[in-house]
Amino acid sequence: MVCARTDSALKIVIVDENPVRAAILADGLLEAGYTNVGRIEETTKLLARIYTLDPDVILIDLENPSRDVLAQMFQVSRAVKRPVAMFVDQSDTAAIEAAVDAGVSAYIVDGLKKERIKNILDLCISRFNAFTRLQDELETTRNALSERKVIDRAKGILMKAKSISEEEAYALLRKTAMNENKKIAEVAQSVITAAELLK
Amino acid sequence: MNGNRLRIGYIPLTDAAALIIAADKGFAGKEGLDVELVREVSWSNVRDKLNIGLFDAAHLLAPLAIASNLGIGHVKVSLCAPFMLGLNGNAITVSRSLYDALTLAAEGDLSDPKVSAKALARVVAERRRRGAEPLAFGMTFPFSTHNYQLRFWMAAGGIDPDEDVRLVVLPPPYMVESLGNRQVDGFCVGAPWNSVAVDLGIGCILHFGSDIFARAPEKVLAMHASQPPDRADMLQQLLRAVDGAAHFIADPANIEEVATLVAAPHRLDVPPEFIRGTLEGQLRLARGGMPRTAPNYILIGRDGAARPNPIHAAWLYAQMVRWGQAPLSPDLLASAKACFRPDLYDAALTEGAGASLAPADGIGAFVGPKFDAENIAGYLAAFRCQPQESEF
Repeated sequence: MVCARTDSALKIVIVDENPVRAAILADGLLEAGYTNVGRIEETTKLLARIYTLDPDVILIDLENPSRDVLAQMFQVSRAVKRPVAMFVDQSDTAAIEAAVDAGVSAYIVDGLKKERIKNILDLCISRFNAFTRLQDELETTRNALSERKVIDRAKGILMKAKSISEEEAYALLRKTAMNENKKIAEVAQSVITAAELLK
Repeated sequence: MNGNRLRIGYIPLTDAAALIIAADKGFAGKEGLDVELVREVSWSNVRDKLNIGLFDAAHLLAPLAIASNLGIGHVKVSLCAPFMLGLNGNAITVSRSLYDALTLAAEGDLSDPKVSAKALARVVAERRRRGAEPLAFGMTFPFSTHNYQLRFWMAAGGIDPDEDVRLVVLPPPYMVESLGNRQVDGFCVGAPWNSVAVDLGIGCILHFGSDIFARAPEKVLAMHASQPPDRADMLQQLLRAVDGAAHFIADPANIEEVATLVAAPHRLDVPPEFIRGTLEGQLRLARGGMPRTAPNYILIGRDGAARPNPIHAAWLYAQMVRWGQAPLSPDLLASAKACFRPDLYDAALTEGAGASLAPADGIGAFVGPKFDAENIAGYLAAFRCQPQESEF
């Protein structure tokens, strides 16, 4: 497709201090055929860095205080080489909502047709959302792991103190949790705390 | 707005104090409101989240609210400002080496902005002669009083801020570091960043913002201009809560409590002394030096500071025109003035604004023509007719 070939030439720069998220986004863009993707992780002298790369499209995460630096690029002044615009305009409320929700913002060089970067923004939003999901899952896994460790320790304490089997220790924790309407990990944590107090 | 719940965005700066005190000292609760304050990292984020309705209201740069109304620099969204969260509160800080150069170049007392502006012009000219890089100054946003304060001051010395120096946007938390590693030679920012630079021995405070303009419209409580009628009560409740908080802040007897609440880790997360010093207008200008006190360093909830003044909106618009950010037109002027809503303030607060010590033109600039909201073209022309200092 002619149009796709033209778009793959678009120079895109990702400004994100989170290297993992930036890599996920860069990969996505490459997969989609955008071969000209640069990354900026260090935001000191951000404008100078951007001018060196001279991109058509700038993608920046919303946790980045340097987002306000880009506001300067809307100005027509000597300090600004190529004025940029926010990707969204008045008619794009849905796009801006989706982008803000995902935590990303896109800027394009003034004059660039917005349809040409619609794909980029969509991809950006889905990758950012995927990253957030990944982080949430990681957090859940981490919590589950530490819960299991707590339960294992509590079982050990009960086995030793009451001379019971592992199954019996676990059954005891579970029964207490049900009776007290608590999570097993919470009961296990109290067992550990109590054991430490009684040391 | 769901029920009586309000989400309000803010940037961790001293002039968010009225919102923080309203939420954390029970003023909002007393009005039956459940206010959730959301700390943000950039003005762009605050503006966007207010625009799309993620925030019901926000702590916003006064000129940014106007720019949004005019549709310059970004999407046009009609915002209104029914309450001024703060007037003044900025300072201009320069690196120690620039301070020394200014001291050498000054003909007179450097604490006089007329003298310092001319001294800066001499330093700028001298650097140009020896082919040095132009001086760079940090400010917080293109549509900010910080930008206009720096430009007004420099222009008074005959400097063209777009040609003779570089003005760069820097997020406030990066100002001090950038001054330390010589990315910039000075900056204009709000508290506590000037004091941080002074305490570290990196910079000296050259001027308080109130030296440049006696009364500059700094931050507003911004919200969408068109609010559904069923929110009218809630708006009045919010204004009463924030006004109550602003008065609480203005009472010197409460300063310790205010400083502690505002400085808390989940709010500004800075030492309470910084907040206290800012509210008292007492700042050390150089490390180890005596503090200087200016009663109008920052105005929150006193001297009629809380009531929006459409003349201030017109003046901010005039600054945008002066520096090429907006064209001059009666429609844009009307739209800028309509952003500031003393009528909403008056409807909610029967007590009135209190005695105002405002200068005759509402602004009180240290030099130049008096501001005339009825004749902005004439006001701006008067700057061009001023003899530019070119003796260097």
